[in-house]
Amino acid sequence: MTLTLDDVRRIAHLARIDVDAQAVSDVHAKLEAIFAMINELQAVDTAGVEPMSHAQDVVLPLREDKVTETDRHADFQRIAPAVEDGLYLVPRVVE
Amino acid sequence: MTAPRTIAGLAARLAARELSAVELAQDTLDRIARLDPALNAFVTVDAEGALAQARAADEARARGAAGPLAGVPIAHKDVLMTAGLKTTCGSRMLGNFVAPYDAHVVEGLKRAGTVLVGKTNMDEFAMGSSNETSAFGPVKNPWNPAYVPGGSSGGSAAAVAARLVPGATGTDTGGSIRQPASLTGICGLKPTYGIASRYGLIAFASSLDTPGPFAQTAEDCALLLNAMAGHDPRDSTSLDRPVEDYTRTLRAAAGAKPLEGLRIGLPKEYFGAGNDPEVASAIDAALAEFRRLGATTVDVTLPAVKLSVPVYYVIAPAEASSNLSRFDGVRYGHRAARYDDLADMYRRTRAEGFGAEVKRRILVGTYVLSHGYYDAYYLKAQKVRRLIANDFSRAWGECDVIMGPTAPSPAFRFGDKGDDPVQMYLNDIFTIAANLTGAPALSMPCGFTKGGLPIGLQVQGNYFAESLILNVAHRYQQATDWHARVPPLAGQG
Repeated sequence: MTLTLDDVRRIAHLARIDVDAQAVSDVHAKLEAIFAMINELQAVDTAGVEPMSHAQDVVLPLREDKVTETDRHADFQRIAPAVEDGLYLVPRVVE
Repeated sequence: MTAPRTIAGLAARLAARELSAVELAQDTLDRIARLDPALNAFVTVDAEGALAQARAADEARARGAAGPLAGVPIAHKDVLMTAGLKTTCGSRMLGNFVAPYDAHVVEGLKRAGTVLVGKTNMDEFAMGSSNETSAFGPVKNPWNPAYVPGGSSGGSAAAVAARLVPGATGTDTGGSIRQPASLTGICGLKPTYGIASRYGLIAFASSLDTPGPFAQTAEDCALLLNAMAGHDPRDSTSLDRPVEDYTRTLRAAAGAKPLEGLRIGLPKEYFGAGNDPEVASAIDAALAEFRRLGATTVDVTLPAVKLSVPVYYVIAPAEASSNLSRFDGVRYGHRAARYDDLADMYRRTRAEGFGAEVKRRILVGTYVLSHGYYDAYYLKAQKVRRLIANDFSRAWGECDVIMGPTAPSPAFRFGDKGDDPVQMYLNDIFTIAANLTGAPALSMPCGFTKGGLPIGLQVQGNYFAESLILNVAHRYQQATDWHARVPPLAGQG
């Protein structure tokens, strides 16, 4: 599995991060070094091994379907870059 | 102020009214003002808030309603949300972010009566092992300002090491409490995953992130953990267990051999040729001390642990790429000033707001989770994570704690790991496994290099063995004085 410059552009697009044209090859070189280290895993025999997604085998707790929180709309919107009438403002997406 | 600046010592003097919380807060603020410009351990100092909390602590004491840590000054790592105070996560993305609520561990320490003096510097979004990725400049190691303090909780570690505060919080995702504790000569504990709630901890890798305490001694870490632990329904991974007093084993009477019967496992993988020789000899000397205290040592083997770095650099970036997708310039944090449309706004906001290491990890995570690669990377890493956990399960049949160096080398110079991310990642070779398994681990000082840099010993235990680990460290600290060494910069007291 080798990482190409096009892969870097594709994942930068998926991650919604601008990587400018001059920076792509530097980012690529560093990611290649990281993947060379990560690729050690491919040689490990994991046949029949159960994946471990979490430290504890706990069942997700359920709670009553009741409102328990207070309305903090105004507090949470005070920290937003742009709001109006209780709504978050973003550039127009529908003409 | 000449008496010991430990939490236990200060709490006793506050309780005896030899010292008021306001006097202590003012003294702490003065020390920060005098010493922190050379260290950069703090991102925010809240003098006004600290004095108000200190007055409240003195009033509570007068009413007979003081909490166990009433008036003890502390600092929080800037990844933990503090209502009404800036919480930057070491990032330009959250440079002006004022948290709308307190993290669970912040609430707990507030309830115990601690006085919050400020927020500490850190690697951006807790991604780093040297504090060089902070958007607010690196923290300097109090033992030598040309050296890194470790990371990511480098500001909290440096603040405690320089005796600016007697205790501080950190978070540990791959070693971010233990490695800086080791590099700055203090005690740091990563508890069992699920013991302390992640509510209000700005998420990096949710299956690994663990809040924990920094202090000079194991006893002080136990006092802080008492206030940080506990069930919290707001974190679905918080464990509902009976409340423990983590100081109880420390208070038990003990003879000349307080660790009689303790079996210390020594994994051969922790004692390889890659360790700095000064680190290796300090660890050997510590083990000799533990034998004098009554413990025995047994060789164990953890063959899969060598894979913990590659496993971590799949799992942690994968979780980070998902967690950090919330920073899009819409609800909070930075938004680019100029953009063409919504997609462009996201891309520019994230390019401007995140630093190079954070972007790199988001890109790695995006790749390993992308279509066609999930099984080869993420699922594979989760299977190897299981193999690592299985190694430890086997080892716990043969020993009670596992010891070794916290990091393969003492603190390194700024810029030394330069441009090579993988070299930096390898600094966490001995700490990552405890995050992957979720079991507790502590680092404490056990010696110094000839050049005067601290060396840390890691003590790992099985799930929920915090009390045992803290007691093992406490007994060692009662017999030795490495933990009482103070960096020259911090002066006496």
